[in-house]
Amino acid sequence: MTASLFAPGSIAVIDSAESFSEAIAQSAYLLVTAGHAKAEYVDRVLANFQKLGPYFVVAPGIAIAHAQPAEDVISPGLSLLKLNSPVISGATANDPISLVFSLCTPNSEQHIEMLGEFALLMREQSIVNRLLKASAESVIRQILSR
Amino acid sequence: MVELAVLIYAVCGAGIGTSVLLKSNADRVLSDLGIEATVKAVAIEEAVSPDSMAQVLLITPELAAAASDIRSEVVVVKNIFDLSELTQKLSKALS
Repeated sequence: MTASLFAPGSIAVIDSAESFSEAIAQSAYLLVTAGHAKAEYVDRVLANFQKLGPYFVVAPGIAIAHAQPAEDVISPGLSLLKLNSPVISGATANDPISLVFSLCTPNSEQHIEMLGEFALLMREQSIVNRLLKASAESVIRQILSR
Repeated sequence: MVELAVLIYAVCGAGIGTSVLLKSNADRVLSDLGIEATVKAVAIEEAVSPDSMAQVLLITPELAAAASDIRSEVVVVKNIFDLSELTQKLSKALS
């Protein structure tokens, strides 16, 4: 089941990002690449960050960027941008950030099951540790499909 | 007298991401603790509304400042995937 949480094109690895907002933009753009959202969604995710700050940094090293449901979302989806050199988000309790997930959903129901599965996966500290160490997309995909 | 079930709000900016994950993990912890409670994923605006009936708010550190000066007890969660952190903080808040 979990293999389908991340569509083809929704996972990427980069060495570093100049800023947290650049990392968010690249991560959210993977949702566009994967066909889950239109490019406008990326702008809304960035606007959400500008307005509310890095509150979506949810665990040590982990952020889950997202914006509210709107017409620029095509289908529920998750993406992951892995940074080999972590970036500072300003969320001091959990900085620096290496795993920048993005999430989109066309309404407030369709993604609930997907997020439930995602939560199950991320509760496993061993999975998170392996994701933090992984530097190849194929390895990340393998870890997430367990 | 009928005891009212505990209402907990899991809060995030949009009410669809962080809050849904928080709810999923809080539901699991509450069931393990044997505590009957309703957890609702909400956006910050609803959480800080004067009409809010929530006894407890679960919130990430960066949003906590926006939730000051309200009736609900604010529980700041550093790692929303860490069930032991949630267990410890929820059992304290609901004791």
